[in-house]
Amino acid sequence: MTAVWRAIGVGLIALGVLAATLAVLGFDPVAGLAALGRNSVGSWYAWSSATLVRAIPLIIIGLGLGLAFRAGAFNIGAEGQFAAGAIAATGTAMVMGSWPGPVSWVATAAVSTVAGALWVLIPVVLKLRLGVLEVISTLLLNFVAEQMVSWMVQGPLQEPQGIYPQSAPIPADVRLPVLAGTRLHLGVVWVILLGTVLWIVIGRTRWGFRLRAVGEAPVAASVAGRIPVGGVQAAALLLSGGLAGLAGGLEVTGVTYSLYQNLSPGYGFTAIAVALIARLHPLGIIVAGVGFGALEAGASGMQREAGIPAVAVNVVQATIIIVALLALRKRRVAAVAEA
Amino acid sequence: MTAALALHGVSKAFGTNRALNDVSFAVGRGEVHALVGENGAGKSTLMRVAFGLIPPDAGEVTIDGNAARVESPRVARAAGVGMVHQHFTSIGSFTVEENLWLAAGRVGHPSGRPPISNATAVDELRAALWRGLDRTAAAETLPVSAKQRLELLQALATGADILLLDEPTALLAPAEIEALLALLRSFARGGGAVVLISHKLSDVFAVADRITVLRRGRVVLEGRRSELTSPEVAAAMVGGEIEPPPAPAATGAVRIEAGPLRVQAGEVVGIAAIEGNGQRSLLRALAGLEPMASGWRSEAPVAFLPGDRTTEGLIAGFSLTENLVLGHDRDARWTRGPWIDWGEAERWMGVLIDRFEIKAGSPRVPVSSLSGGNQQKVLFAKIAASSPAVVIAENPTRGLDFKATVELHHELRRLASTGVAVLFHSPDLDEVLSHSDRVVVLRGGELLPVRSTATRAEVGTMMAAGVGG
Repeated sequence: MTAVWRAIGVGLIALGVLAATLAVLGFDPVAGLAALGRNSVGSWYAWSSATLVRAIPLIIIGLGLGLAFRAGAFNIGAEGQFAAGAIAATGTAMVMGSWPGPVSWVATAAVSTVAGALWVLIPVVLKLRLGVLEVISTLLLNFVAEQMVSWMVQGPLQEPQGIYPQSAPIPADVRLPVLAGTRLHLGVVWVILLGTVLWIVIGRTRWGFRLRAVGEAPVAASVAGRIPVGGVQAAALLLSGGLAGLAGGLEVTGVTYSLYQNLSPGYGFTAIAVALIARLHPLGIIVAGVGFGALEAGASGMQREAGIPAVAVNVVQATIIIVALLALRKRRVAAVAEA
Repeated sequence: MTAALALHGVSKAFGTNRALNDVSFAVGRGEVHALVGENGAGKSTLMRVAFGLIPPDAGEVTIDGNAARVESPRVARAAGVGMVHQHFTSIGSFTVEENLWLAAGRVGHPSGRPPISNATAVDELRAALWRGLDRTAAAETLPVSAKQRLELLQALATGADILLLDEPTALLAPAEIEALLALLRSFARGGGAVVLISHKLSDVFAVADRITVLRRGRVVLEGRRSELTSPEVAAAMVGGEIEPPPAPAATGAVRIEAGPLRVQAGEVVGIAAIEGNGQRSLLRALAGLEPMASGWRSEAPVAFLPGDRTTEGLIAGFSLTENLVLGHDRDARWTRGPWIDWGEAERWMGVLIDRFEIKAGSPRVPVSSLSGGNQQKVLFAKIAASSPAVVIAENPTRGLDFKATVELHHELRRLASTGVAVLFHSPDLDEVLSHSDRVVVLRGGELLPVRSTATRAEVGTMMAAGVGG
């Protein structure tokens, strides 16, 4: 219960900071906040077609990052793995145009997951073989992925006329079904499924226990737990890459229906905050993902209706992260003092 | 005679914990005064007050009879007091000389002699410590014994003739300990004053003129060494008699074989070795954590007690229950297939808490909230729960106080008496000799059998032969 109150408190502080920032910048804070609220949580349509649609990639990436972070492996390359998944899904969709829907939905999801995992395989091998820090290698591969997308949409996957730097729209049969009258696509099922499964796996199974042990104390996990630390971290990294890839695939097949540059408005990075704020807890990641999805949705509404630059919402995100981290730090200090 | 350093009625509380309660303590010139007690008895706190690191709540410090406001180590150093801390304080990347410059501070170059009353004793000790020490070597490249000598030189760098030593022998080999204690003796003869903190009674009785025992922040025993006995001091430290160890058991099948090293079920075998002679690899290989040499054998299941409890043996942030499951996550008592039944694991941990008398609020509290002795009990509970054929313990008493050490040796013996083969190593030769049925020496990675009639000196020679320094 206290966790819920704390979350509400953090949210209110962040909105207060946003209002103050808007006032300082010369915008009307009341109108700004009203537009933010209206376009994120103000109506069923805002919920289903803006907030939740943006929450889906944040949550799925966040769930994967939560796994990696728990194992003490720092995957900062979700943005690139997301792109790899998006490319793979687009390519797959193009070749399987006439396949029956459910088959292609599963196939594109599977292929994009594998693509995301393969994208993180390079850092994994570098880490295990040469001890290269994954923080750096995953981050750098983001730029490579960006160039890959750029090449794809101007080369192999470019639309037939060859004018625009984007792919042709994917065939209708491959597109994920949406809830009638909304833009909420099948990806929401993945969110619920993955969140629940990971919650159970982490808390109740041997594998989840090993993951936590490795992240908490790698030396003790290896000596006292006889756990192959490198293997567990590699598996967690591959899973996190796979989930980021899946998110990229779902974005193409469920939302954009084509591949283009800057497909992700930084989902791979925002998801890091989502995972950390939720203290890596799968169900918490779902809640935090919806919260950040609402902010992203509200931001574009605020820009549209009140003429306030959407980046103003970065203030909110930053405030939430800072306040949440401070709260976390205070608890740590308290815990240490008790001991 | 006025005391070189005296503390009068010192009290200090940390929160609700009264670390020192009206403690008076004095050391005179020409004297080695041992300060002994359990972990948390207040020994280090008392010396930190004397050195100006901690302001006392009540009481005063006098140096050479003058009341001194020792409000910082700088004041203490200027008054001729030097302290050697329990942990090394030298900077690894600095050379020996640079570290000494740093320690000397404003006084200037360490070889330049500041004006002090007992220059000879200090100089003699300095000269002895310098022997064989390369002034241009980086501190991190020095062997442990040389690092310890550097610590002493740092304490002496400001010309101190009152030395406060906090567990200076903890990491040294037997011959090195003897050498150091002899140096301290002659330093005191020459007019220096030494306070020696230790919980190794053998060191204390070898060198001290006076002994003060602290327990729970109070002085419980104080007297001349010649008037005290070792059991008397031990009893004062723990506040009661020490129960005798369980009797050795009959031995059974051979469980460990590694060249001349053979451990049978029911016996405790000790490995005597100076730091860095391959004991880490040997024990870890036999524990199945590193590859074994051909022809070696160690019967499963093996339980391993690593040298570093908090970083290798336990996960500090995990609960007791989680630590029980660590390494035993396939145990049928709480694991079915991939599923861990945490309720069942917690029930088992509760049983073990009672059986091993672990002082913990519940099986759910983090292990980090337990004292060192209780953490060691958690490790034993884990071992007991896994019913091993072989137990391998690497320096198991490291950081434990007197009472916990005694309990640990009893526990190893109890394990042996239930038919377990126990192999252990300690850098303290006396510990190895007094708690093993048989001893094997490890030198330069080579195992050497020891005759059952070998004396302590003979074993010591075997350990050191061919080792430089």
